This record gives sequence, structure tokens and C-alpha cells, in this order.
Amino acid sequence: MSAGTEKIAVTVTDIVKVNDLVTRFKFEPTKGGLLPTFSGGAHTVVEMKDGNITRLNPYSLMSDPWDQSAYTISVRRDDEGRGGSLFMHNSVKVGDQMVVSNPVNLFSLDLRAKKHLMLAGGIGITPFLAQIKQLDRARGNWELHYACRNEALGSYVDYLTSTHPNDVNVYYDDEKQSIDLENLLDGQPLGTHIYVCGPKGMIDWVRGKAAELGWPREAVHYEEFLAPQSGKPFEVKLAVSNKVIQVGEHESLLEAIERAGVDAPYLCRGGACGQCETDVISYDGKFLHRDHWLEDNEHASGKKIMPCVSRFEGKTLVLDR
Amino acid sequence: MIMQFNEETFREDYTFHNSDWAINRFPFPFHEDSYMYAVNMEQHRGGPEGSIYEKRFDVDEHYVAEMKDRAMVLSDDPLRCQSLPHMTLAGWDLLELIMVSKSEDYPDLFELHRNGDKWHWINKPLGIEDHFTFLDETTLPYGPMEYITRQTQGDFCVLDQRDDNLWMDAGIVTTQADWSLDFDIGMNFFEWHAPVPLAHEKGIFVRALKFLLNIQQGAPARRLNWTMTVNPLLDTSPENYHKWGVQKTEITPENIGRKQYLRVELQTFFRLPRSNGLVFPIRCYLIAFEDLVKIPKWGRRLHRVIRDLPVELATYKGFIDNRPMMLDYLSEFDDGEPTSDGIWPDRHLE
Ligand code: HEM
Repeated sequence: MSAGTEKIAVTVTDIVKVNDLVTRFKFEPTKGGLLPTFSGGAHTVVEMKDGNITRLNPYSLMSDPWDQSAYTISVRRDDEGRGGSLFMHNSVKVGDQMVVSNPVNLFSLDLRAKKHLMLAGGIGITPFLAQIKQLDRARGNWELHYACRNEALGSYVDYLTSTHPNDVNVYYDDEKQSIDLENLLDGQPLGTHIYVCGPKGMIDWVRGKAAELGWPREAVHYEEFLAPQSGKPFEVKLAVSNKVIQVGEHESLLEAIERAGVDAPYLCRGGACGQCETDVISYDGKFLHRDHWLEDNEHASGKKIMPCVSRFEGKTLVLDR
Repeated sequence: MIMQFNEETFREDYTFHNSDWAINRFPFPFHEDSYMYAVNMEQHRGGPEGSIYEKRFDVDEHYVAEMKDRAMVLSDDPLRCQSLPHMTLAGWDLLELIMVSKSEDYPDLFELHRNGDKWHWINKPLGIEDHFTFLDETTLPYGPMEYITRQTQGDFCVLDQRDDNLWMDAGIVTTQADWSLDFDIGMNFFEWHAPVPLAHEKGIFVRALKFLLNIQQGAPARRLNWTMTVNPLLDTSPENYHKWGVQKTEITPENIGRKQYLRVELQTFFRLPRSNGLVFPIRCYLIAFEDLVKIPKWGRRLHRVIRDLPVELATYKGFIDNRPMMLDYLSEFDDGEPTSDGIWPDRHLE
């Protein structure tokens, strides 16, 4: 199996500043023709040629999944991050050619649900925009609770409240408004599924509360993309390809492996899908595991690492790659 | 290429037959002289010209006859086709995938004309022409999955993906190697594979499932599986075991070359874009022993594989009782010479 995802050459045809932090990008196929359809909740991995670094960041598709003429994504600027979102905000211009992956869905709707209860925090609204379009077409039953910092930063609030006044509830942190989660979950009809996308704290809060109230695990869906974090540089030996590589401060282990020309599998690049799971042959040092994929005992075992988001500090690390 | 479709039957008088063309392109499943279960998956992106791997959905000389046989099975037993209510969207995904693939891969046989959601489908071999509205079930004579799979060779399992597992929530199954959709419907990957010997212990299903959950749009995969069938019978179902089980006792040293068939399944895996489901087409190819041994490499190798196959597999595949007779027959075609790597024939029939 070759690495990565199916690629599509696209041209940036529209860039819209949504608010101080968020900008929307529209991609159309460079060669003409139609883009693949997708299912609400899917993301695409956008390739960014930033000088001599290639960054691959996942973004949820927010456009209508049935619309094959264009994909749209919204990117929140992260001034502290490693630069992917800054590159999108500062360097990408209308007319630029870029490469995106075929859609991949790690946050799909459970189509058996009698009702879809959506909980969004901040930029976590984007996958729901596509899911809502999909559900509206199928006359699905849904309800959205959307928490954002304030009115000025509430991406797509106007659009949502004007098109779906009865199904959308908005909460502004700055006005001390918050979702009354316990009552909300309590009042749901049988067969409801919960979907949450937002900051880690929000996801943990919703999952914890749902578990406490006895919701079955499979009725609670969540998506959190971790961006790889910067850290101390480290050295890794790749046993199969017989190479020694250096992982830079602002680079992920996966990116360093790719930079060395080694074909490594991936899908989400955010610690969620499991595709890049790599066996550790030997090590002397400590792992900084950050993924959601491996179990706690696997993290503790020192036998596996998810190179998309996890790092290492210490003397030697030898990987089966 | 102008395709000729055979007049033939898969029941009663069993007039099924393979032309030299079909024998040459038969998917012989053994790449070496022994066989054991493995996570034997590769990408499904075409293959050598004329091979069964070339197109996304292979159409061959048996197409029309197989579709007639399917219609008969379905009229006797409608439970061979089931779709739980949440699977309708995946059914449309499947209809779209097959119509687009077949019309692109076989433009002489199939045509698809789309104008928004107004679709026009022409299937020349079966003489079908329909206008319908995409995603509107009321405009088709059957549900979308049943409509298109009554026109496509092979069984189809349509899987829902959720909770890190696959669920057999829809399918059409009339050409199966002794398993039942009605029994498996609603089960997950581990549950429906429970009867398979040895593979669980080897961790094969855990790894296979991880692979399948990550299959992406536009990147289908495939594998081969095989078993043995007496007479060219497509419908070897548990529901009809009382009819075909006894035929296994009718094999004699005189008729085995003619009546014993190697049954090979080309199994493919496609991500379904709108529903995020997965479809698992299982396409069955049959070849009589007497035709298979016309390719010297295949005769030699089949003898060695059957001879050395673990008892558990020969039992599960249902031919343990006839194995000695098979070996008597096949040993005649094994001169002990080495066989080359890979599945491709060492000579072609002209
Ligand atoms: C989602 C896709 C799949 C479906 C729907 C499926 C379904 C089935 C079913 C219904 C059976 C018969 C079990 C019985 O005896 O009742 C079977 C057998 C089996 N399956 Fe799968 N399967 C799938 C994928 C795979 C994959 C990826 C592997 C990879 C190794 C695999 C390996 C096997 C094996 C080894 C057997 C025993 C076959 C024999 O010896 O004839 N299956 N499968």
C-alpha cells in the first residue's frame, strides 16, 4: 500500500475573510471536471509548499457534500502554531494551484440516529456545516448548540441562525453564556446521537458528562484534530530504510520521515486514524505521546509511536520504517 | 471487443462452460505451491489487459446467464436481498459507482447519461433502459442496491462503518460459498467471521479490519479467496444445502474432471463517498478441473496445494471427504517439475 491519500490538483478560486481569526478558501479542480462527492464530517489534507518545507494539514470540508464543483474550508489563524495556518492566511492567493487529498471521513453521521445532537466549539463548527446540508437534503432531524467567544468571532452564526432559526442555539463565552449540558442531554429522545467537535476541554466535558448519564459509547461521536506541536529536535534511526534523520523543532516526526524520502502511510495527520502507527525497535529516552489512537498500555509499552503528532526526547530511537 | 454471452445454466442440466478465452483469464489463486490464510490485499487499480483485474467490475461471457440465475434465486427466496433502513444512501452510492464504472469501462455495453439528478441508464446485454431521478427511490422498480446488483455479476455486502467496525447492514447474496445473508445481517466483522478456522488465532481479522476501515475514496483494494464446488452451481447457500450437499457424494474417478470445480472469488473493497460505507463485491469464477489442468503450471500447483492443505481448511471448505479422489486425479498432472512464481499461466490456449 502506498503512502498517503489520493491527491487532487486544485486552484484557489475565492478567499473570504470571515472574521479576525478565520478565513475561508474555495478550491476548484484545476483540470476542470468534477470533484468527488463526500459525506458530511469528512476532511481533506491540504498540501502547503512553504519554502522548502511541505506541510500537510487536515481541514474539515464545510461545503455541500453533494456539490462537486468546489470544496470549501475555513482556516483559523493560530499565531502560536507551527505555521500551517499562517501560511494559508498570509501566503495563499486567489489563482494559486494547490494539492488536496480525496475526502476522508473520521467523523461521519450515524445514519441510524433518530436525532443528531451537534455540539460545536469555535472553529469546530466546520464539519457540522457539511453535515447539516446532508441532513437537510434527507430531511434528517438535527439540533445544533454552538459555543464561541463572542459575536465578532462567531463564524457562520448569522448564516446558521437565519437559515435554521429553530434548530440553532448560540452561546457567547464573553457574555457568560454556556450550554446547559446536563439538561440538554437529559431531554433527548431515544435514538439520539451526540456529535462534538471543538477544543479538547469541550470534547472531554461532553464525553464525560454523557458517560456519567449512561449514554452508550457508540452514540457519542467526536472529532479533534491535533496539530503537531513543536518541541526539542531529536534524532531517529529508520531501520528498514537504513537512514538516520533529524527531526527539527517545528517539524513532526512524520514530516521528517517524509523529508528523508521514506514512504510512510498516513491519513489524518492528527493522531486519530491510526494509519501511521509505527513499531519501535529500541529506544533510550522518553516518548511524548499525544495521539488518541494508541491505548494507555501501548503508550506505556515503548513499542509503538504515532509519528504524526508524537515526539521523543532522549538518546536513541530506532523505528521499524 | 464484441462480447459473446453464453447460453448456459448453473442448475439442473448444468450447461455452464468456459471458452478458451475464459480459461486463459481465469483468476488462479495460488502464487506458490502451498496455501495458508493471510492478509492478502492489494490495490484494485486495473491489471494486465484482458485480465479479470483490468476493470473495476469485470463483465464476461457468463454475464447474462448469471443474471438470469440471480433472478430465479431471488424469486424463490426474497430474503437473499436485504437492506436495513439506514442503508438506502449507501445503495445509491453503489448504484452510482457501478453505473459510472461500467459505462466508462464498457461503453459498447452500458451507457449512463446524467443531467443533474435526471439519469438515463442503458444496459444493452440485458435489454434494460430506464429514466430515473437520482436519490429518489420511487422512480426505480427496486431499491437502488437491488436495482443495480440485479445487473451486476457477483454478490454484494454493503457495510456500514461505525464504532471502529464494519456492520453487514445490507447485501444481495445469491452466489455464495455456504454462508447466509439472512443469518449475518446486522453482524459486525468479527461476528460474521466467527466460523473461519485458524485465521482469528493468527490475528488476520484484526489486521484486515484496520486495513478496511482506512480504505479511501478512489483507492479500492482487492483479494482472492477460493473453495471447491461440485457442479457449476452458483447458489451454494446454507438455505439450499439439502439440494446441493448430496451432489458432493456423486463424484467418481470417472466424472471428477468434469464435475469438480475450483471456485475462486475476486473480492474487492470500495469506499462509498456519500454514506461513508464500504461495499464488498464478491465475484465468483468457476473452472472445471479438466479445464484447469490444460494450463500445466496450474495442474501441478493445484495438486500440491490440495495435498498439503491443513485439515482444518479442507474441512471448513467442505471437501475433506473428496480430497483423496481429487488428489488421485490431480497427481496425473503433476510431473514434479518446478513451478514459476505468481499466478499467471505458463502457456495460453489458442
Ligand atoms: C468487509 C468485507 C468482508 C466481508 C463482508 C466478508 C465476509 C465473509 C463471510 C460472510 C465469510 C464466510 C464465513 C462463514 O463461514 O460463515 C468470510 C470468510 C472468510 N473471510 Fe471474509 N469478509 C470480508 C473481508 C475479509 C478480509 C479483508 C479478509 C482478509 C484476510 C477476510 C478473510 C476471510 C477468510 C480467510 C475467510 C474463510 C474463507 C474460506 O476459507 O473459504 N475477509 N468472509
